[in-house]
This record gives sequence, structure tokens and C-alpha cells, in this order.
Amino acid sequence: MRAFTYERAEAAEAAAGRAADPSASFIAGGTNLVDLMKLQVLSPSHLVDVSRLPLDRIEATEEGGLRIGALVTNSALANDERIKATWPLLSRALLSGATAQLRNKATTGGNLLQRTRCYYFYDTTSPCNKREPGSGCGALEGFNRIHAILGASEHCIATHPSDMAVAMVALGAEAETLRPDGRRRRVAVEALHRLPGERPELETVLEPGELIEAVVLPPPPKGRQLYRKVRDRSSYAFALVSVAVALEVEGNAVSSLRLALGGVAHKPWRASRAEAALLGQPATRDSFRAAAEAELAEAVGHGGNDFKLPLARRVIAATLADAAGLTPEAEEGEPV
Amino acid sequence: MPHRDPLDRPGRPGAGPAAAPDTLSRAAAADAGQTGAAQRESVTLTVNGRRETVEVDVRRSLLDLLREQLDLTGSKKGCDHGQCGACTVLVNGRRINACLSLAVMHDGDEVVTVEGLEAIDAQTLAPGGTMGSGAAALGDVPSLHPLQAAFVREDAFQCGYCTPGQLCSGVALLGELAAGEASIVTWERADADGADAVGAAPASDEELRERMSGNLCRCGAYPNILGALRRTLGQIEEGAERADRGPGRDGARGGTG
Repeated sequence: MRAFTYERAEAAEAAAGRAADPSASFIAGGTNLVDLMKLQVLSPSHLVDVSRLPLDRIEATEEGGLRIGALVTNSALANDERIKATWPLLSRALLSGATAQLRNKATTGGNLLQRTRCYYFYDTTSPCNKREPGSGCGALEGFNRIHAILGASEHCIATHPSDMAVAMVALGAEAETLRPDGRRRRVAVEALHRLPGERPELETVLEPGELIEAVVLPPPPKGRQLYRKVRDRSSYAFALVSVAVALEVEGNAVSSLRLALGGVAHKPWRASRAEAALLGQPATRDSFRAAAEAELAEAVGHGGNDFKLPLARRVIAATLADAAGLTPEAEEGEPV
Repeated sequence: MPHRDPLDRPGRPGAGPAAAPDTLSRAAAADAGQTGAAQRESVTLTVNGRRETVEVDVRRSLLDLLREQLDLTGSKKGCDHGQCGACTVLVNGRRINACLSLAVMHDGDEVVTVEGLEAIDAQTLAPGGTMGSGAAALGDVPSLHPLQAAFVREDAFQCGYCTPGQLCSGVALLGELAAGEASIVTWERADADGADAVGAAPASDEELRERMSGNLCRCGAYPNILGALRRTLGQIEEGAERADRGPGRDGARGGTG
């Protein structure tokens, strides 16, 4: 690990100012950053330890939502009684990720800002436009089983690895941030992460030194909330495809729908096309399949991840069917 | 012969004074990394009930602090990247990967390693366990946490390298179950049962496997590790039933029940 200087922040305002240098970094749980520093994928010159800031509470908002401090751990959030009862999607997504040990350290803010698990980003001997802008993309012609099928560019096909962020997008959450100049703003989690385009090294819209202080959940969406994650083994693996859904059906028609996908893009992917295609439509397997097709109309594989197209189509349709309470389909015909 | 310090490199001139943070550029930091000069900080933490004050290189992991500076070599370095769980310790009652945590960030924390598990209450995770240790069952071991005794009984290891991490993780798991914390398997079970909310349920084998997925065992002792957890959960249950009946009630059958 390269040498760095370290300070413990006593106040959020001071912390934001201290990390404004692009070569500085905040550290909270450290489960991703320390790993990347050991591998020298990242070598910040200065660490601002924000782990002792008083941002570890979950409070009810006047609007009927929750304000989750950025330092609330993934374990604490997943097991908060209000979350379990009213936003179960978030508890399910959190508990689908990582291990008990990691969830005890990983924080709400840090989870949003975790880096891709692309093999070429991790391998400092490979080209990677994200790690070393202009060096190329090792994944395009390489092993790309875990890579993006939506919103990628010729410069980067990495995916965002978070489960929590996918749920946050489906739930319409917003990040509350503090900028180095002292101003605060709210950024929808849906708009927090960027697509790679020509600058894959820029992963979020946050400025250097901008600190996430909290994530605010609005009142829960209507209907049943589910998170389904498909992965190579049943525990402690990143999503190949994941689906977060909140679906309400009234009189056999879809009356409310929030849908987001994980494992398919450089950011947690709000499935707006599928939402638009389904609203007011009959809650049937056929319309769910059609909505999945609509969402994936522009999806492209890169060889190793071609399987994600049919997989995503089926997992979207099956999760919607589960959320709608449809009985399991007969074995005949194409599985959903 | 002292342990080799993993931060030492050939030609290291010794730790110099820390540069002022705001004057240190990335290039200067890189140079400092190459020559080994690094900031050092004093950290005070409680480890297995003992208060320790040590000076650490800010790059040092909690795992290296425990092993190299406090001579607590029970916690093991497997992958050193949070994947295998051999380094699992309890910090403020929660299990974490000590390899992924900077020692300097643990000022004021309470750490329990495998060397201190015997003093942990099996249900509350609080120091000063009252359950009675597994020593009585084994006879020849001075004191063990019931899960440690169960590991011996069930032959829950072969080479033993992952065992300290498995034990710390398992002890934390018992506390999480007692506190009613959910796992993804708890949710899946609620779905299968048609329950509206996730609740406390007896731990299935699938539940225990999911909760132990952060601890790998290359010898493949998983079935017996599961057996040791089952045995300990059974003991806790028996203990709770005895406590419910109250002292002396076994002989007083004419009570109100």
C-alpha cells in the first residue's frame, strides 16, 4: 500500500473541505477502499476518516419517509424494524449482498460509492479507462461475463456492483450531500451515478470533496416489494442480473410500478420503459414479458455476457409475476 | 527472533515524521510509499478485555496490529482481501474482517479475538459469559466458549487455519440470531410461508450456511461446522428452557405449570 496521510474528521463541514483535493479520499467502512489500496488500484495521498461523524441515525421524516445517516451500516439498515415493515425491498437487497462481516462495516454512503468489480479495473497490468483514462478497455475483447448490456460505451462496459443502490433507485431515494463550499443539495440516487460515455473514470455527479450525509427515502411506493438476485453461487457473489420491484395491481391492471435493475449497467438501472409499457396494462405474464422486451430493446452483449439478455428478460418477467401474485406457470411453453 | 514487519521493505530508512496533510501531493505520497516514510499514530483500544496503547503506521490493518504488535496470532491472514473470513474478529460486538480495516480507525474500540472468546456470553456477546463454559464437557481444557467446545466435539476442522475466524463468526452469528436479525434466507422463508413480514424462526441449515458464507474452509469441514453450530444452539435452547422452569421446579411437580 502506498503511503498516505490520515486525519479523523470531527465535523462534516471540515471533512468536505479537507477532501476537496482530487487525490484525497473519504474513508468510512473501508471494505472496498482498503482492498483497492492494497492492490494499488487506488492510491489516495490523503484519507479523511469520516467514520466518527454523527451520521449514524435513522430518523422519520415529516413526509412519512426515513432519513438514513450515511454511516448507518448495511446490517443496521437491513434490520431496522421500520425498513423491514415498510421498505422490505431495501432489507432484501442489502441482505442479498456481501457477507455478515462486510455488512457490519459497509455504510449506506459507501455502498453507493463502491467501485466496479470489473476484473480489468482490479488488474493493474491490464488497460482500463476507468483506472487509467486513455489506456483502453480490457473487457471489451476479454472476459466479460459480468459486464454491462445496457448503457455501456466503447470505452467501458463495467457494471455497478451494488444491490442496495438498485433498491434505492426503485424506492425513489435521494442522497443529501454537503459540498466543500458548505452548500448542501439533494441528488436522486437514480441521477447520482453516470453512464460511462467517454469519461468512465467519472462514476458519479459528485464533486471532489462532496460528502454524502444521508439518504432520504420517500414514503413507500404502493404495492408489493420484491428483490430478486441471480448470481453464480447462492451467497457472497455479485449480481449477474438483479431486479427490484414495487408493484400494485388494481382490478387486474398495473396501477403503480417502480422497477430497477442491477448487474446490467454502469449504474443502477431504472427501467423506465418497462414501467411506462405496463402502467394501466393487464397484470399478465404476456404483458410482463412485453415490458421486459421493451426495456431491453437496445441491450447488447459483448460475447461472454450475451446470456444476460435472455436472463434479464426472464428475471424481469418472473419477478413482476411474483409481485403481482400470479400462480406459477405451467411447465409447458417457454419458461418466463 | 521477532516477526518480520510486513510494512518493512528493503532499504527502508525508518519512519520519518508525517508531512502536513495539506502539503502532501500525490507524487510526494508515492515517493513516501516507495521509501517507506509514513505517518504514525497512537491508538488506544481494548483487546480481549485488556487496554492497549500502540503506535501504528496508518497503513496497518487491524489484523496486522493484532498479529504483529500485540502477538495475538490466533486471527489468521488468509486472503487479506475480505474474501475468506480467516481474520474475523468482533469489534464492539460485531463481526468484521480485520484485514479490511485500518488499525488507526479503531481508537477506543473494543476488540475480541479467538483468544478472548471464552469470556463472551453465548447469547448477549457481552464479556463475562454466564452460560458456563464447555470445559466441563471436555474435562481437560481450562475454559472454552460453548461453540469452541462444540467444534472439538463435532470435529469441525481439519488443518485449523480458518477455525479462529469460523469461531468468531459463529459466536457473532449466535448473537445475531438471538437478537432476531434477518438474513436473505429468512426473507425467502417468509415468502415461502406466505408471511407478510420477516420474523424470528428456528434456524434451518440453509439459514446457518447463508450466515456463515463469509468464512471459507479449504478442507471442507462445513458439515461439521454446521454440526457445531447446531449443538451450541441446542445447548442455548436447553439453557433457556431450564431458566424458564426456574430453580428447583423439576422436583415440584404440583405447581401451576
